[in-house]
Amino acid sequence: MNRRQIGYGLLLAAALAAPVLVYPVLLMKVMCFALFACAFNLLIGYTGLLSFGHAVFLGTAGYVAGHSIKVWGFPPELGLIAAALASAALGWVIGSLAIRRSGIYFAMITLALAQMVYFFFLQAPFTGGEDGLQDVPRGKLLGFIDLADDVNLYYVVLAIFVFAFWLINRTIHSPFGQVLKAIRENEARAISLGYDVAKYKLLAFVLSAGLAGLAGATKTLVFRFATLTDAHWHTSGEVVLMTLLGGMGTVFGPVVGAATIVTLQNELADKVGSLVTVIMGVIFVVCVLAFRRGIVGELDALYKRMTGTR
Amino acid sequence: MSEIFGIPIQAFMGQLMLGLVNGSFYATLSLGLAVIFGMLNIINFAHGALYMAGAMLAWMGLNYFGIGYWWSLLLAPLGVGLIGIVIERSMLQWLYKLDHLYGLLLTFGLALILEGLFRDLYGVSGLPYSIPEEFAGAYNLGFMFLPKYRAWVILASLLVCFATWFVIEKTPLGAYLRAATENPKLTQAFGINVPLMVMLTYGFGVALAGFAGVLAAPAMQVSPLMGSNLIIVVFAVVVIGGMGSILGSIVTGLGLGMIEGLTKVFYPEASSTVVFIIMAIVLLVRPAGLFGREK
Repeated sequence: MNRRQIGYGLLLAAALAAPVLVYPVLLMKVMCFALFACAFNLLIGYTGLLSFGHAVFLGTAGYVAGHSIKVWGFPPELGLIAAALASAALGWVIGSLAIRRSGIYFAMITLALAQMVYFFFLQAPFTGGEDGLQDVPRGKLLGFIDLADDVNLYYVVLAIFVFAFWLINRTIHSPFGQVLKAIRENEARAISLGYDVAKYKLLAFVLSAGLAGLAGATKTLVFRFATLTDAHWHTSGEVVLMTLLGGMGTVFGPVVGAATIVTLQNELADKVGSLVTVIMGVIFVVCVLAFRRGIVGELDALYKRMTGTR
Repeated sequence: MSEIFGIPIQAFMGQLMLGLVNGSFYATLSLGLAVIFGMLNIINFAHGALYMAGAMLAWMGLNYFGIGYWWSLLLAPLGVGLIGIVIERSMLQWLYKLDHLYGLLLTFGLALILEGLFRDLYGVSGLPYSIPEEFAGAYNLGFMFLPKYRAWVILASLLVCFATWFVIEKTPLGAYLRAATENPKLTQAFGINVPLMVMLTYGFGVALAGFAGVLAAPAMQVSPLMGSNLIIVVFAVVVIGGMGSILGSIVTGLGLGMIEGLTKVFYPEASSTVVFIIMAIVLLVRPAGLFGREK
């Protein structure tokens, strides 16, 4: 076993023991947003695409999971899969439109299309409008694991998170991931080497949307409701902030960023009220001006400097 | 002639006018975005928040210092422009050498700060700002009533947009500006102070947003949230029109406002999404935008 494997093993052990010490619902919330941010990082960190409408995939999957479980009586595992697939399909539609432009335009287009879907949810009858979709039952996973129990659900969410995290890691280090990085570094050169760049970008976008959807569906299962907030541009901004703060293009950055922001919001919500938005804004500004590598990126650079590698 | 396509002509023209009013805001805001983008290569996400700040400054001026509408129309844009200059000098100028996306992220953070501060101070419900006396009432055009204030909003926006176009396209100052947009290094080599022009351009661009905000104050409620929803529509307008041409921004803004107004008459459910649908169609047919150039 090398040091990396030991590190992962220790982290997993800590995650398995965590619900004894910390309120499991908070941990599950952190994992949902961490997964969401990891999916987003696949685009910004490894493909160089800034999607400013990623909340739409979180929100859509939340509604699909909620509706299919509550109204159609789907078991939870089927609801999760259906929701992730729905988000991936929406990602295919939005992605194929957005990749027609690049850079700043890409960001504006994803934001605008996400806003369009948001207005659709606002008016559609099945979403419950401003009230949201309430009282979604958690049900029994595979027919015998009772998810109404927070601790049971915690381990299911942990399993989902570990699976998705592994999948993203696998993608990043696969030949496909290498092509994505090549596109990020120099798109023109990737084209001249014969890669169908549009196809790669779209595939990355669909994958990211599907995984963001998985996060949204899991979140619905945890909180038993789906709301408009999840699809709002504010949430899109939040996931950008989590990834930026943790470190774009690092494996653990989005997880650290999500944990920091969720904990911060939890602590501050009842103390400062609407000033939370201001604090988020300040973190944004500070990160962009002085801290562009993010927490993990900076630590990584520090470690490299101290050990003298590179 | 009292109906058109089965809709009373009064209602039809009324919505069309309202659409034109919204279109004037789209035009003024997208023009500011385009001017800033041309010079700084930054998409100013704080544009909506600064538009809101313009309206808020007008409201604060009236309620705290008794400054009337006309003075506000001059002072609030100056104030917003000054905020812009401070932002440019203290933050934006450090980002020009980096990826353009950082500019978007920074201004997004600024938008959150501005919106959050005003929301903390004034809550989310709208604050009333009454229409100035000169513009109370309406003109009777025979086939419809035209509220005077709406006519003024359209006229004033068109004037400001046209003046901007004139300065940039027809004056020596505009020529320097266009030269600096095309090739900043060479322009600086000719002895023109490019960083100063960049600063003033950003100040001017956001002052346009502040001006639109003051115009909007009596037409709709002044609220801390008024900018954030508008800016997303304006982004769509910018994608549809492309940022290459100034007249293009103006025409696209007005046209989309009118289309949105007409949608309210015929199929109200789609009125909030029609601009985004048009954007999707334009992306399919002409990805560079109606007036844009493919780079």
